[in-house]
Amino acid sequence: MALNVDIEKSLGDFHLNVCFEAADCEVLGLLGASGCGKSMTLRCIAGIVKPDRGKIVLDGRTLFDSEKHINLRPQQRGVGLLFQNYALFPNMTVRQNILAGAKSEPDRAKRREACAALVESLGLTGLENHRPAQLSGGQQQRVALARILISHPKLIMLDEPFSALDSFLRWQTEMEISALLREFGTTTLLVSHNQKEVYRMCDKVCVVSAGKSQRITDVDTMFDHPETTAAALLAGCKNFSALRRLDDTHIEAADWGAVLTVDREIAADMTNIGVHGYHFRLASPDEDNVIKTTVERIVEDTDCAVAMVRAGNRRINVELPRSDYAKACALKEAYIHVDPQDIMLLKD
Amino acid sequence: MDLFPLWNSLRVAAISTVIIFFMGIFFAYYIAKLPRLLKGVMDVILTLPLVLPPTVMGYLLLRVFGPKRIIGAWVLEMFNIKLTMTWWSAIFASVVVAFPLMYRTARGAFESFDETLAYSGQTLGLRNSYIFWRIRMPYCMQGIVAATVLAFARALGEYGATSMIAGYTPGKTATISTTVYQLWRTNDDAGAMQWVLINIAISAVVLLAVNMLERRYGKTTKKRTPRAPTQTDALPKES
Repeated sequence: MALNVDIEKSLGDFHLNVCFEAADCEVLGLLGASGCGKSMTLRCIAGIVKPDRGKIVLDGRTLFDSEKHINLRPQQRGVGLLFQNYALFPNMTVRQNILAGAKSEPDRAKRREACAALVESLGLTGLENHRPAQLSGGQQQRVALARILISHPKLIMLDEPFSALDSFLRWQTEMEISALLREFGTTTLLVSHNQKEVYRMCDKVCVVSAGKSQRITDVDTMFDHPETTAAALLAGCKNFSALRRLDDTHIEAADWGAVLTVDREIAADMTNIGVHGYHFRLASPDEDNVIKTTVERIVEDTDCAVAMVRAGNRRINVELPRSDYAKACALKEAYIHVDPQDIMLLKD
Repeated sequence: MDLFPLWNSLRVAAISTVIIFFMGIFFAYYIAKLPRLLKGVMDVILTLPLVLPPTVMGYLLLRVFGPKRIIGAWVLEMFNIKLTMTWWSAIFASVVVAFPLMYRTARGAFESFDETLAYSGQTLGLRNSYIFWRIRMPYCMQGIVAATVLAFARALGEYGATSMIAGYTPGKTATISTTVYQLWRTNDDAGAMQWVLINIAISAVVLLAVNMLERRYGKTTKKRTPRAPTQTDALPKES
């Protein structure tokens, strides 16, 4: 295992307790709402913040161990951290910024060569003598990344790397950075609150909720079969109901006032069900697995028509194909169907 | 005209400024990091010389450095050096009186520093001394330059504590400010006026220098305002 993290840190009322590992060359996503402790975790790994307890091991080298009183300085850790605001040195040019990351290389000519190569491959040619204030957000980010890559870190950590870019730029930047990370083959931690970003860029994902990390899963599992309500919420699911087990294959969705069939065993600790909006479709009352709802509002979105319907005491957002928009608008009551395999069984 | 007071004032102010510069930065850097309560207490102690009358500072300095007082007596005995009534005695006075200006201004500059710059420097493997002198100091340059020049100007104009600890001996300890007082007291109006004009000229030049430096550094180390991303950002090969 390339990176092993198991740390605890208390700050006032907030308790961070994260435990995860990332394999060599893997891109691991830390997914969580803002304020859940993701950035704090990165700072602990980088050595900027000292955890109260625990252990951090990178490529067999102990970076931090509270029991053995090991706490390497950030300079000794060989960990690159891309800050949310990029943290470029404002008094230095682009070239000086990048070269600042190469101070450990004693040969001046080699430093210059590595810098030139990165300037070239990151599309910064012609900007070498500019200062950070003269660059756009996307360019600043690439300089910050070049500065990290030139220092040959054993681990790269990206803290919400795309949050400062507008949506038009995001996609392009994301693709470029993703390709670069694969090219350099460094183990990477990506912190984000955006589930789609994590899905596109990461191999595995670890959900962090209120300072606690959950079990690492593949991104596919995370999105299609999340284990906890928090994970399903982060995966973009908006529709939840409390669950009451009736028999081996039937449950009552208590909040929705409906009995549904599921295709899996229902473990005793399952408390909620969740269904993605796009897994519902309009149906007739005599079909299986339908929920009777009253239509409250229909909103036309760019790629779907969202029907906000009320079932029992909860609102459900149903994402219908746009072609159903007119049909849905005419409805007062709607029966919506969900396939048994699309019902997510969730723990708290 | 004997130019000794000018020369003496300049050397005293220059040496004081060097001492104040390092002391001020040292205290400003470490006190900016202290917990709030301790910071408040240290702040009061270090700023007190700014608001106390210079004569009070002069009295306190004499209590410490006077030939019959703790440190003064010890130095006199050990090295046979008298700490008062020499030209460099004035350095004690101007350091103590001008120090708060440097300390307070530099601390304000350090507190506005974006700490993530230091963190990112550390993760890139840069030595802490490099981060301090090459990143933190340039970032805070505007404030520190202003602080240094102000401290120099204050040290140059110091009178009260200086006259108590260094006295006025023509050709030995006379500074511009003590000379002006002495000449006025002895009814040499024209002589006093000369030194007044010299003093005004030096101070004006110093303040002009502050303004020019501020404008220069204001341009290059301006706070980063990230430009709104434009469409060309998506085309990295074009630049």
